[in-house]
Amino acid sequence: MSEDSDNYDMDAASFEGSDIVEDYQSSNPSEAFSDEDVDIDDNDAFNPSEALKPKKSKFDVDYKIYGIDDIINNQQSETDQVCNIFGLQPQDAIILLRHFGWNKEKLIERYSEDPDRILKQVGLAPGTSAAAQSDSRASPSRLKRVKGFTCEICFSGSEDASIQTLALSCGHRFCSDCWKMHCEEKINGQGESRKIECMQSDCQLTCATKTVMSEQIIGQIVSEDVFRRYQNLANKTYVEDNRRGLRFCPGPDCENVIECQVRGSDLESYIPIVLCKCGQVSCFGCSFNGDHRPALCGVTNLWVKKCEDDSETANWISANTKECPRCHSTIEKNGGCNHMTCRKCRHEWCWICMGEWSAHGTNYYNCNRYEEKSGKDARDGQQKSRVSLERYLHYYNRYANHEQSARLDRELYTKTERKMDEMQKSTSLTWIEVQFVKKAVETVTKCRMTLKWTYAMAYYLERNSMTELFEDNQADLEKAVENLSELLEKPLDVETIPDLRSQMQNATNYVKSRQIILLEDTLQGHLEGRWTYHAAIPSIA
Amino acid sequence: MSAGLPKRILKEAERLQVDAPEGIQAIPSEEDIRYFDVSIQGPDGSPFEKGIFKLELWLPSSYPMEPPKVRFLTKIYHPNIDKLGRICLDILKDKWSPALQIRTVLLSIQALLSSPNPDDPLANDVAEHYKTDEQAAKAVSKEWTALYAESL
Repeated sequence: MSEDSDNYDMDAASFEGSDIVEDYQSSNPSEAFSDEDVDIDDNDAFNPSEALKPKKSKFDVDYKIYGIDDIINNQQSETDQVCNIFGLQPQDAIILLRHFGWNKEKLIERYSEDPDRILKQVGLAPGTSAAAQSDSRASPSRLKRVKGFTCEICFSGSEDASIQTLALSCGHRFCSDCWKMHCEEKINGQGESRKIECMQSDCQLTCATKTVMSEQIIGQIVSEDVFRRYQNLANKTYVEDNRRGLRFCPGPDCENVIECQVRGSDLESYIPIVLCKCGQVSCFGCSFNGDHRPALCGVTNLWVKKCEDDSETANWISANTKECPRCHSTIEKNGGCNHMTCRKCRHEWCWICMGEWSAHGTNYYNCNRYEEKSGKDARDGQQKSRVSLERYLHYYNRYANHEQSARLDRELYTKTERKMDEMQKSTSLTWIEVQFVKKAVETVTKCRMTLKWTYAMAYYLERNSMTELFEDNQADLEKAVENLSELLEKPLDVETIPDLRSQMQNATNYVKSRQIILLEDTLQGHLEGRWTYHAAIPSIA
Repeated sequence: MSAGLPKRILKEAERLQVDAPEGIQAIPSEEDIRYFDVSIQGPDGSPFEKGIFKLELWLPSSYPMEPPKVRFLTKIYHPNIDKLGRICLDILKDKWSPALQIRTVLLSIQALLSSPNPDDPLANDVAEHYKTDEQAAKAVSKEWTALYAESL
């Protein structure tokens, strides 16, 4: 755990199993992602972790969601603070803050040591900074029409003062059209927002670095569209630079920013799953679009990559090829004849029994030599070399199956929903009385996601007694989920509804409690170092 | 930029003809004034001495806000120039300033021929050669100059 662990409290409200069955609605942490929370009104939603606190479990993490306005306000207030401390102009303070990646403490420390040196370093000439400029004799950074001016960039000039020109504090004066194009190229062409510098090629001679354009001047020069883009880029830079744990929600078209303190080495035990106001569930640790608990970010990363690389290929290899019994080259049979000749080692063998072809005589199209020893040995060898592939496919198929089942469960639910609507109209049942199916489907879907990722995790776990305990929990949850899933497929009739409802509610509660047990135990195992992986789990930057 | 050619490009092209820097020639193509046929003479005292190196230079539409694109057409054994003739030079990338010109770019390239920088390599094998055995590497550069870039 990092030293800033006191900023958040992941141990709040530890789970007590007995509460779940009696009063799951108020104490069940896995409710965290139900739609009540998605639709929190703006005041509440601003700090959902506050709202979630009473139902927090060990594996839920604290986080906050900010809108883009909050991000702008945050920058403003940090800039104001720096201005107040050093008596700087806001436009200079913001340049300093951006230079230091919004690390205010470092900026304050360095600036206090030697203000002039720092100003030079970031491209603000001491004494000519905005503060000094406003009262200085020349006020060089203003827009100005100069007689007989020729711009050294576009070579346009005129005798009378018809051209608008601009110079920054360094005094390098160019026409404002060129400045405008320069800014537009930087903003639109290169997506630059951190700093846009003076156009003079040897400007660093005046200053330790090139003079930096202030936001105010950029705003004066470029069109509104470009300036808006500049500000968006600046906000993005702010979020990316920020060391206090900010990240954009990965949801499509979502501009919200999530703040969470579970980072770095915390990710070796915790999985910071967050729910944005837009409804997107994501992992704060690795930006994964979804809930990958109980697999750690590193495990998820490895697994996703492996699946992208291998799954289809591995399936195909498994289905369509065999290995040469002598040199283990992977061979695809491309003709009808079972007489195989390995291109690589010239070994001749039978596709069917894997035995040496020489023992087959002339029985080309059928093989009746199953018990022959040479064939048996070859089959054993083949088996061994296929074990790792089979092992992978074992986990992959279960992983993929839960994903598919979750989809089918949801499809089934849309049908059921229609039926429930009808039932409300035709019978005395109220809306609230038919909600149990919805709850059940939601639970099944969430738990299938959990199960899916248990297979990714299990693939990387060493075989030992701890892993067996993990698999026991996995099996219990799987059994509970399959039971509930089966209940969901039962026909809905008016007579059977009360019975079905109590069955389904019990099953739903049981599934939820199994999920909590599994997630809590996995977390506990990570904290205690109980799990051993047989692959190096990458750490997430 | 409007359809007509910017004054800047016309002026630069003109000045390159009238007052060419020593050992450098840049002639705008007849079909496209943004495209220049360039030749640079290898600087005296360098392994590229007496060689005439052909380059192409092209001004993208947002020039001079964006740097010109330059590439060697003549084969050259140099740690900062790769097999395709691409050049590793800071002012052609992030150090570009709109106040720089074709002239300054070409002079910088000429200077790069005098002082190769194997610590910031583009052609790794050549850079390695320059670092481990500078004499031998220079001999190869000289050989290539004679083979591919010798003036008539």
